[in-house]
Amino acid sequence: MKKSVFLGALTVASIAAGGAFAGTLDDVKARGKLNCGVTTGLVGFAAPDANGEWEGFDVGVCRAVAAAVLGDATAVEFVPTTGKTRFTALASGEIDLLARNTTWTFSRDVDLKFEFVGVNYYDGQGFMVPTNLGVTSAKDLDGATVCIQTGTTTELNLADFFRANSISYEPVPIETNAEAQQQYLAGACDVYTTDASGLAATRATFEAPDEHVLLPEIISKEPLGPLVRHGDNEWGDVVRWTLNALITAEELGVTSANIAEMAAGSNNPEINRLLGTEGSLGEMLGLSADWGKNALEAGGNYAELFEKNIGENTPIALSRGLNAQWTDGGLLYSPPFR
Amino acid sequence: MTVMTDPPKESFRLSMLIYDTRYRSITIQVVALLGFAAFFGWLIWNTSNNLAALGKEPSFRFLWEPAGYDINQRLLDYNSQSPHIRAAVIGVLNTLVIAVLGCITATIIGVLVGVLRLSKNWVISRLMGVYVETFRNVPVLLWIVLAMAIMIEIPPAPKEFRGDNATASVSLFGTVAVTNRGVYVPDPNFGSDRIGEDGTRLDEPTGWRVGLGDVDVNSSGMATYSFLGFEITPTLQFWAVIVSALIASVIVKIFGGDIARSLNGGQETTSPFRVTPGRLMLAVLLIAIIVLWSLMGMGISREVDGVSGGVFQISLDFLLVVAVLLVSLNISKRIKNRADDIQEKSGVRPTVWYIRLAVVVLPMAILLWALGLYFTYPELKGFNFKNGLHLRNSLIALWLALSLYTAAFIAEIVRSGIMAISKGQSEAANALGLSSGRTMRLIVLPQALRVIIPPMISNYLNLTKNSSLAIAVGYFDITGTLMGVTLNQTGRELETVLLGMLIYLTISLSISMAMNWYNESVKLKER
Ligand SMILES: N[C@@H](CCC(=O)N[C@@H](CS)C(=O)NCC(=O)O)C(=O)O
Repeated sequence: MKKSVFLGALTVASIAAGGAFAGTLDDVKARGKLNCGVTTGLVGFAAPDANGEWEGFDVGVCRAVAAAVLGDATAVEFVPTTGKTRFTALASGEIDLLARNTTWTFSRDVDLKFEFVGVNYYDGQGFMVPTNLGVTSAKDLDGATVCIQTGTTTELNLADFFRANSISYEPVPIETNAEAQQQYLAGACDVYTTDASGLAATRATFEAPDEHVLLPEIISKEPLGPLVRHGDNEWGDVVRWTLNALITAEELGVTSANIAEMAAGSNNPEINRLLGTEGSLGEMLGLSADWGKNALEAGGNYAELFEKNIGENTPIALSRGLNAQWTDGGLLYSPPFR
Repeated sequence: MTVMTDPPKESFRLSMLIYDTRYRSITIQVVALLGFAAFFGWLIWNTSNNLAALGKEPSFRFLWEPAGYDINQRLLDYNSQSPHIRAAVIGVLNTLVIAVLGCITATIIGVLVGVLRLSKNWVISRLMGVYVETFRNVPVLLWIVLAMAIMIEIPPAPKEFRGDNATASVSLFGTVAVTNRGVYVPDPNFGSDRIGEDGTRLDEPTGWRVGLGDVDVNSSGMATYSFLGFEITPTLQFWAVIVSALIASVIVKIFGGDIARSLNGGQETTSPFRVTPGRLMLAVLLIAIIVLWSLMGMGISREVDGVSGGVFQISLDFLLVVAVLLVSLNISKRIKNRADDIQEKSGVRPTVWYIRLAVVVLPMAILLWALGLYFTYPELKGFNFKNGLHLRNSLIALWLALSLYTAAFIAEIVRSGIMAISKGQSEAANALGLSSGRTMRLIVLPQALRVIIPPMISNYLNLTKNSSLAIAVGYFDITGTLMGVTLNQTGRELETVLLGMLIYLTISLSISMAMNWYNESVKLKER
């Protein structure tokens, strides 16, 4: 029995490691479908709608990449992953791309051997409590029971925060956002902590969102972004520049409303290069010339994705804040398309 | 004819390896073995090659880096700065807790249900049938999740116990608090001289009823060695000594007959001071403890709330209670044997139950009093109950679901075991005038046990392995710590999973070894 289990593990490991090296771009093209890892369900970022269609801010990235590579924004197989399973899924080749509120950290980049292609949401970890708990600061949480998703950076930040402030807490480890929500609403924990955007998204689905508040402390930096396997630079470039295309398009004022007109040719050479009417950027990536146009037509530019899924006019009501263009005082700054 | 059957040796040809039936089976086995070894070798080679190309050469160094995460249920000191290996140990202990608790309750419920299912009372036997069928036919994961959902949704939150218009109250005269974060029960402690957080005494001091305290194993006397990328830390050395002492003593116990005989001067004696395998075993254990004590600079501490410099603590009070309990049980058994003897000889059984009871209860009561036993009760402080023993609802849900599920299988085993005993046995017992309860207890069950034990082992193993579903309810067992968060935060899939499998294998083999032992002792002795 010992031997067969050992063999099983080795087989899995060798297949897993073997998959890491194939040219992902060619694989995706041959398959005609992009396997994209997303959350198990976080409204606004990635969740199936009433018809079972996945939608959300992270889903938008998946669709843009699928459109850029395959010319079809619907050619995506969404693979729900938990905080714990996501990295194994990516490392084993089960998914080509992970777009799941994942924080770019040193050890994930260097030690876990992944490649973060950029940041699509600058975030930080917050705390949510019921208003009637009467807590106004995270430092008042001594002895509280805290719901926390396992396998996340937030689990480690939480331990550090309470340790640094010499206060105690009782962690309740949870696998998915849905379970956390259930436990939190039932009062099995006093506090729910995760990325502030995730808290806002979770709160938006509550029956009475105004009975819950986010505490003022933001205890960490959580740059969330899509990632791919380390070592496949061609594929990494495709995803990186698709994300940059969405950001640049906003900066240059290319929207789904005017893209058809712009694609006919404009007098801004960078727009022309982005949409493939000038230069050969697509060819350099190993894609068709109109890859950028396809990516933008999938769901619009960065601003459109933001406003439609998590922006101020949605129940989640996140303001752009750090996620505004650098020209508006935010951190979004795409390298030039040249 | 006789000449023909003795072929000359030198006529061996290679083709005989295939065509000669005397060699063929060996050839096949050798080829299969080589093929297997080659396949195995290829797997290892391929894996290590691929991992090396990824830049992830297998290494266990990560085990000594700080884990970074907190664990709620911990039987040893642990905080987020402790190394991953310690988190793994905490996980193993949690796995063992659930396995032991689960096996005990599953056995009790299973035996009860199995017996009742054969009851002549139609309602009872049908009810038991319904229980068995529902639990057996729904996956255990669903039972676990259901139990957790009930634990979360139904009992009141701690805040409902607060204030003047509290809607919930602490049950059983203020000793047990049932909340949706778990159940708080009275927590036994030793040493009534303990000092509270605010510096006052928790109890009236009586001068000497302070308990024995804990042995602090602080390993100051030992150094860390490095071996094949493994750090051999003092903790590891400690466990090495403990485990080898245990193994040595088990070996001595099994094979010690010869050693004992030669130490006795080569002959059987009845002297009360003769060497027996059991005594040899105790000696081995004692020597191991003395070695450890001198190696590790152990000291006795009486610290409030257990946090001290030691790698871990062993409660001397608890050890003493266990030791006294074992001795009293042994004495009680001897009294029973004596009563049996008298009954055999004279046909009259002396009434000894109160002596047997007293032998167990009295020394224990005196000991507990002398050690200064006291209880802390749950009190609402801040967000949660403090003091008391906190049985988290993850533990309760997992324990309940695993026991009820496994009990359904055990009930069937017990039922079949009972039905395997020929009807003549109980009819004979009835004819002798034994009541039906006694017939079951004295005649049927002891015989049924022989049929019951072997399949029971596999149910215990199943329960232990099913406990790896713990993370579904956020219970931090070995799958949750080592093969869960540690795997995830360090990305060491191969290493953590192999280690985890090794641990489950060890636990499972130990369970089956212990059970086989027991089986050996109850099985039909053929003389
Ligand atoms: N950014 C953190 C946390 C990511 C995370 O798990 N976020 C939660 C809440 S914002 C989530 O996406 N849950 C969705 C799910 O459970 O599938 C990380 O990368 O470790």
